[in-house]
Amino acid sequence: MADDAILQVRDLRAGYGPVEILRGVDLDVRAGEIVALLGSNGAGKSTLNNALSGIFRPFGGSIRFMGAEIAGAPAARIVEVGLVQVPEGRRVFPNLSVRENLELGSYRRGRANRARNLERVVGIFPRLAERAGQAAGTLSGGEQQMLAIGRGLMTEPRLLILDEPSLGLSPLLVEEMFALIRRLNADGLAILLVEQNVVQSLAIARRAYVLEHGRIALSGPAAELAGDPALRRSYLGL
Amino acid sequence: MLNFDIVLAGTVNGLAAGAIYVLVAVGLTLIYGVLHIINFAHGSLLMLAMYAVFFLFTRARIDPYLALPLVVAGSFALGYVLYRFLIGRFAHGKDENILLITLGLSIILDNLALFFFTGDTQTIDVPHASGIVEIGPAFLPKAKVIAFFAALGLCAALGAYIGRSDMGKAIRAVARERQGARLVGIDVEHVFAVSYGIGIACLGAAACLLMPSFYVSPSSGHAFVLIAFTTVVLGGMGSFLGALLGGFVIGITESLGGLFLGEQLGQIGISLIFILILLLRPTGLFGGGR
Repeated sequence: MADDAILQVRDLRAGYGPVEILRGVDLDVRAGEIVALLGSNGAGKSTLNNALSGIFRPFGGSIRFMGAEIAGAPAARIVEVGLVQVPEGRRVFPNLSVRENLELGSYRRGRANRARNLERVVGIFPRLAERAGQAAGTLSGGEQQMLAIGRGLMTEPRLLILDEPSLGLSPLLVEEMFALIRRLNADGLAILLVEQNVVQSLAIARRAYVLEHGRIALSGPAAELAGDPALRRSYLGL
Repeated sequence: MLNFDIVLAGTVNGLAAGAIYVLVAVGLTLIYGVLHIINFAHGSLLMLAMYAVFFLFTRARIDPYLALPLVVAGSFALGYVLYRFLIGRFAHGKDENILLITLGLSIILDNLALFFFTGDTQTIDVPHASGIVEIGPAFLPKAKVIAFFAALGLCAALGAYIGRSDMGKAIRAVARERQGARLVGIDVEHVFAVSYGIGIACLGAAACLLMPSFYVSPSSGHAFVLIAFTTVVLGGMGSFLGALLGGFVIGITESLGGLFLGEQLGQIGISLIFILILLLRPTGLFGGGR
């Protein structure tokens, strides 16, 4: 499809044990764009994320990132080349302070600019500065989500995967979250947004993919998909 | 009959012994806190480190205190390699497997030691560490005083390392959130092996500080491990501070128990603490519920 894609996924097959969940997924993310990956529960979104981040080895297919094949590479190497995931459920380090959580964001990548990035992240999330010395486990859900994203930004991502960033947030915070994602993107960051929140995701994404039973059922410009009756059908499983 | 000076002397003596227990227990609690396993090979590896100190002294004439950096580095390397190529590899991610492997390792090491080093107890004579130091009402062997301050210093250094360095933060991160750790690029298996290595390095340090005033035999690790287990349970599994406090409490209990009940019965206090903690506060003094 596109030659300027920074992430190029071809015929990706992955799963757990003997169970194949992704059955041949093709997906591209180009520099500077927000791509939404939609799909209902169990469609394979998390499996795709974990395969991209090297949490487990895909069964087959190819993942090219910045021109290099990374399918099956260890998670640490994938972080090193700048493909960074902010996982569903935040996965912050509850026993470490907010500041330590952020510092560990630059454990593998971006260490040289740690101080500068820390300042930048705290500028985006002033709340994190107020809570710097507090254990991350004592933060509210919304604050933990900010921390998880902040930790991801500390890694100086070239592509940021956001897995369900609006999950469990109050409606007001969801609005803020989408505004933030748009702002990060405006600074040039490419984002793969994995969401169940269809309407808002399509509103900020340039393109979108709909995952269904481990395959891409629909794809195209977000504006077109938003009006597509097939999306509704696919999403609700009707 | 209850002479205050004697109690005070017993307490000082207990503190000195406790410092070594702290060192052994800190290694055990670190491994538990990060890997969530009880390292059954702890005693055997301590014994091995003590033999290393013994042979370095008798064959190479290296002073046990000067040997400390060498033995600590060697113990770290041994622990790292053991975890990376034996324990981690054959555990297949199952905690109960790790338990069995460390237990098996302990049996093998004990019997190899028996075969190669015989069952005789061995001691070394370090002239500059012999002699008695007077502290208030207590008379302590010089070696124990050195051990006390060195153990405290090493614990403080380890605490600073775990608290401040990136590797220390990664160790604490991996202890609670492995998936999150992988996603920031922490090589979790490497951090596991480093943690195990540090735990064993603590044993190397303890061995260097022990040998000038203690003996080594193939079974001499076990005495310390029983005490270390009690210390860790008392302080709270995985708690650094707990191991520190627990080690001293156990040391004093043992010393005062010996004073009032005699050498043989003195150890009963340790078992009593163990039972009481399990009954009244199973998470230990500093252990949080997981």
